[in-house]
Amino acid sequence: MSNTTEREPIFSAANRKLLSSPINLNNPITVQILGVCSALAVTVKLKPAIVMALSVIIVTAFSNLIISLLRKTIPSRIRIIVQLVVIAFLVILVDQFLKAFVFDVSKQLSVFVGLIITNCIIMGRLEAFALANKPWKSFLDGIGNGAGYGLILIIVAFFRELLGSGTLFGFKVVPQAFFDMGYVSNGLMILPPMALIVLGVIIWVQRTKNRELIEKN
Amino acid sequence: MHSNRYIFIYASVMVVIVAALLSVAALVLQPYQDKNVRIEKMQQILASVEIQSTPENAIELYDTYIVSELAISSDGEVMSIFENGKLQKGDQRAFDINLKAELRKVEELKSGVSTVKPIFPLFISNKDGELMYIIPMFGKGLWGPVWGNLALKADFNTVVGVVFDHKGETPGLGAEISTLSFQEPFAGKTIMNEAGEFVSIKVVKGGVSNSNINPAHGVDAISGGTITSMGVSEMIDVCLKNYLQFFQSLKTDTIVKTDSLQTN
Repeated sequence: MSNTTEREPIFSAANRKLLSSPINLNNPITVQILGVCSALAVTVKLKPAIVMALSVIIVTAFSNLIISLLRKTIPSRIRIIVQLVVIAFLVILVDQFLKAFVFDVSKQLSVFVGLIITNCIIMGRLEAFALANKPWKSFLDGIGNGAGYGLILIIVAFFRELLGSGTLFGFKVVPQAFFDMGYVSNGLMILPPMALIVLGVIIWVQRTKNRELIEKN
Repeated sequence: MHSNRYIFIYASVMVVIVAALLSVAALVLQPYQDKNVRIEKMQQILASVEIQSTPENAIELYDTYIVSELAISSDGEVMSIFENGKLQKGDQRAFDINLKAELRKVEELKSGVSTVKPIFPLFISNKDGELMYIIPMFGKGLWGPVWGNLALKADFNTVVGVVFDHKGETPGLGAEISTLSFQEPFAGKTIMNEAGEFVSIKVVKGGVSNSNINPAHGVDAISGGTITSMGVSEMIDVCLKNYLQFFQSLKTDTIVKTDSLQTN
């Protein structure tokens, strides 16, 4: 007997949309306004921001995958607890790997790696998507949302490191000649409030280019 | 929908699987993590004598500048010497001493719980011909341990530099002890007063200039990080005391001891 349901291709248009929509139109930080706290703390320099972004992509994607695989077996009474255990398991794994292979960055990230467990984006996607969708789609959704979060982190960190320290990724970018002429690094950029302001500017730019995001009052 | 029995079994199986997987991961990654911790320890020892290092060159710089590791008992006796890559005396390298355990032995000795004598590590660095003595310290902050290294000049009195670190102090407050701006003021301070008595270096809440502590023996505490600052102050006092006897004996036999160290 032939299969009556058609297998959707792995990278069908619908699946590609799962990857692309959280990058811009459904960005977890700038549109869904989730996970903002860690975005402020780890974006002083580019390197920790990139490591954090990768960590969140991995945790979101794999927790989505695992919960989606288990979704028919999870008793609804302990649903949240099961989600928490899966997220915590992945975060601890990531933390142990960071301590083993990029020790200096893991010290800079310090408590914020553990705080990935509290990042609303991850629980949010589990509840909103993974519990009701198939594993591959959930995995893609996790990567998409993690990448959307990561993109914002990298943009904010780019400006904060460039303007606040004159470096990018640790390498001096602002030439010494500028400093000699009287240019001073913007000390305010290194403080958390500036991250919020940069984020506000990003949201402003995004809404200018995508008018459909503006709510109709 | 699912029965209670199902829920209990599900939860138990899930927890056991997760615990097993995490234990395996921790075991497999342990050697890499330990190596990173050792390199960081070397970097912090080097930093206290103002030698900047990266994880890549830390081992090489350490072997170049740290010429000797000594383990000292509290009566000033040298229990072990590690030089030129080998244990010349004793059976434990100072680098491998667990300072936290040795400090606990001091407490147990004082309260009479045990009679085991503690030993303390001391690192001697030779930088451009100048000998400096690096004392590792360990103490208690607000949320967890704090530790550091204090480097003294050959007069066993003037501070060359200091490095602090912590496990989980509050970012922006207690965690500031690991920043240069907190550590730099320690350079040039002295631990003995003019009468030759040990007064340590105090971390003073409200600022040294507003207190009656001699500025040569004090630095400002961190606003909003009082308990961490007090922990650091206490740590310096408690840990330095253990070396006073040894420094005294070195001062009296200066010619003999420093000659034997410099010939290496």
